[in-house]
Amino acid sequence: MQTSRLPAYVDILIIPFLNLLTALFVAGIIIAIIGENPFTALSVMLKGAFIYKGGLGYTLFYTTNFIFTGLAVAVAFHAMLFNIGGEGQAAMGGLGIGLVALSLGGVIPAPFVILLAILGSALFGAFWGVIPGYLQAKRGSHIVITTIMFNFIASSILIWLLAGMLMAPNQMSPETVSFADGVMLFKIHEILNSMGFYVARSPLNISFALALLCCFAVWVLIWRTRLGYRIRATGFSTKASTYAGYRPEWIIILVMAISGGLAGMMAVNEILGVQHRVILNFTSGYGFTGIAVALMGRNHPVGIIFASLLFGALYQGGAELDFEFQTITRDMVVMIQGLIILFSGALAYMFNPILERFFSANTPQKEMLDG
Amino acid sequence: MSLNITKQNGGDSPPFAVSLKDICKSFGPVRANASISLDVLSGTIHGIIGENGAGKSTLMSILYGFYQPDSGQIELDGISSAFRQPSEAIAMGIGMVHQHFMLVPNFTALENIILGAEGQKGLKTGLQLAREKLQELSQIYGLEVELDSITEELPVGIQQRIEILKALYRGARVLILDEPTGVLTPQETDQLFEILKALKSEGVTILLITHKLHEVMAITDVVSVMRQGKLVAHTKTNETSPEWLAEQMVGRSVLVNSEFAPGKPDKIALSAHNLCVSDKRGFNSLKSVSFELREGEILGVAGIAGNGQSELLSVLSGIIKPAIGAFSIGEYLFNSSQPADPAFLRQLGIAHVPEDRHAEGLILQFHAFESSVLGYETNSKLGRNLLTDPNIIKEHCSELMNSFDVRPPNPKLLSSQFSGGNQQKLVLAREISSMPKVLLVGQPTRGVDIGAIEFIHNTLIKMRDRGCAILLVSVELEEILSLSDRIMVMNAGEVVGTVDKLDATKSMLGKMMAGIATDAASASSALNIPELTSAGLKGGV
Repeated sequence: MQTSRLPAYVDILIIPFLNLLTALFVAGIIIAIIGENPFTALSVMLKGAFIYKGGLGYTLFYTTNFIFTGLAVAVAFHAMLFNIGGEGQAAMGGLGIGLVALSLGGVIPAPFVILLAILGSALFGAFWGVIPGYLQAKRGSHIVITTIMFNFIASSILIWLLAGMLMAPNQMSPETVSFADGVMLFKIHEILNSMGFYVARSPLNISFALALLCCFAVWVLIWRTRLGYRIRATGFSTKASTYAGYRPEWIIILVMAISGGLAGMMAVNEILGVQHRVILNFTSGYGFTGIAVALMGRNHPVGIIFASLLFGALYQGGAELDFEFQTITRDMVVMIQGLIILFSGALAYMFNPILERFFSANTPQKEMLDG
Repeated sequence: MSLNITKQNGGDSPPFAVSLKDICKSFGPVRANASISLDVLSGTIHGIIGENGAGKSTLMSILYGFYQPDSGQIELDGISSAFRQPSEAIAMGIGMVHQHFMLVPNFTALENIILGAEGQKGLKTGLQLAREKLQELSQIYGLEVELDSITEELPVGIQQRIEILKALYRGARVLILDEPTGVLTPQETDQLFEILKALKSEGVTILLITHKLHEVMAITDVVSVMRQGKLVAHTKTNETSPEWLAEQMVGRSVLVNSEFAPGKPDKIALSAHNLCVSDKRGFNSLKSVSFELREGEILGVAGIAGNGQSELLSVLSGIIKPAIGAFSIGEYLFNSSQPADPAFLRQLGIAHVPEDRHAEGLILQFHAFESSVLGYETNSKLGRNLLTDPNIIKEHCSELMNSFDVRPPNPKLLSSQFSGGNQQKLVLAREISSMPKVLLVGQPTRGVDIGAIEFIHNTLIKMRDRGCAILLVSVELEEILSLSDRIMVMNAGEVVGTVDKLDATKSMLGKMMAGIATDAASASSALNIPELTSAGLKGGV
């Protein structure tokens, strides 16, 4: 992580906001070019994401996915590891859920199946993170390369299983049979409706609470535990970590387990929350977007919650754009998402030099503190 | 110090091949070159020696056009020149052979030599022309190279010849060699020296950067010594001695030279037996080092930087494991099959103030309070079970800062925001607060201001008087002489000898640092022959 010479609030609030604004500005130009009013488009997007019936529910549902994959990237990043393998780890997490739910569903009570399935998703994801971690720590294989390769491997394994051994009989789709009754998570709208508050149907389920819990857990881990201290020390300086006796290679493996586990739990939202069976490609790019989420959220759980909300709103509001405008297609929405990832991910530090000049001109230069 | 030996340049004398005038170069607050003036006579081999970080490489990089000087001038054959990039220096006849070769491993020797100088014609004819020119060059200078061999399959010595040919092919008349023998075997070194002599006889001027004194004595005509960015000595090689050069390289008289009462050595706290360290290439950086360290004494380890002292500290602190040999602390024995672990050693009461506080001792991006528990965060006073409590750690750090006078005493500042001296005091505070039995200290006052030096020295003596066993590694001879009770001198990974503080003189240590064992030292090292031998003898009788 680069050490910024900017005040913390600038780094955390102003820069992401400027990046977002730039992305929206460029997207607005393109929308204007194709002959639509950018401001109308923006308002449709915002209404679609937050105001229309069920919109907020969908937004938060997508937010949940991004929180898991964003946290996964962030935890690894604190040890200076770039985990690109969220897709594969989430896919394996889905497999973990499937194996538990299909083998134990109907055998033991549903709540236990659910708990074990969540554990299964984390363990399978962790396993898929540990292998590249081990290869990095002990063999020096670069984690970026291996995690990318492991995405393909995970995808192929799922295709092989879902089109073969695990495929539901008497139909043509590569998917498993549905899980036993009750092996699903409560939907938020069901809970609220039963309490007398009417809200529209949406796939939002209690995984959202699990995601927020994970945010808190990650915060405690990184900033309040000895392990987190060691992870950060290793990330900043492998030599210092060795000097202190932390065994950097084990830290790397452990961090990749935690990171993979978090990515794997994304499947809880999709598989246990909505699909109730394992399908192909349910990860649909959330793992990759998690990288942008973590970057934008500055690898801090609170930042990740807000960044996830933004990307959730984009997913849902973008779908609404597609629906409302003839000229704006689904691909257009992907382009807007791409712009946001470009400006808040790849070009995340574009405004730093300008702001640094601005702030160093307006605040007294901090002297080198001599004793 | 005879600084004017080659400065007889009146109006009529021949111009120097290279003449540097008042070269200054700073990197941030570090003055790498402080107003350096150097004249190199044409057709000589000119040695430039100094410790790591003395500024030799910076100076040569300026001459080669890698860096631009902040101020000062370069003259070649009396003509003022300024290079914005190496290609301009090359065009003016300057060639450089880097310590790490700049060769494409899977190219042939010929392809490597002409890389970037292929000529305008088609590659085929270019290669043919180059081949003829190179054959001529190799004959003149005795630089035999199989031009069609793949570079990576050739021995290192030959690869170096390719580098030299590369420079000559581009018309180099001044050749800079940066630590050329670091990667060579003794035989290859001899061959290199033959080549250098041939080059010299053909009128090529050679600048040889090295820290190996015997090479300087063997091959150079004139030698310049750099220390801390300054040119401190300049002399004809046949008028000097390795001992004098060693003193010039390390000797510093700026230190406050306090006299401390001698320590009272007690029980053995740490004993090392036959410790050897070798790297992947099989290079032995530590060779059969044996010694004993007692409670209540400071054993100083003297030597020119890079002669095995760093490896010794790394082995004893568990960072690297010895290839051969062992060391023991109390009833624990550590060797290659039972290597020491830094965390375990800390529990045993071994504290370590590392040589490089920026890379190891602190984490610059951490707040001071976080750095103040590096390696000690498991201390039960600092939090419950697995959790840490930042407030308790901040309080702990405040206490350390107050008792060690770290300024400003603010635990929330970043570690990088403190000056060198205060960073070092923080590291020292952390390591000493655990009340260690053995303290390993590397370069305690490197880059530290005078005030902090005194504080650090007094602290080390206080620890010694409390019965702590201290191993002090320092390249500052004054510091070693002032603090140590015994002094162990290292050269090329070996212990040259160990002398008592009372018997030690600077000139004697200088000789030993150059690898020459003195009578007193060899006598005491003879006494140090481990008991194993005598036990074996007894068995035989």
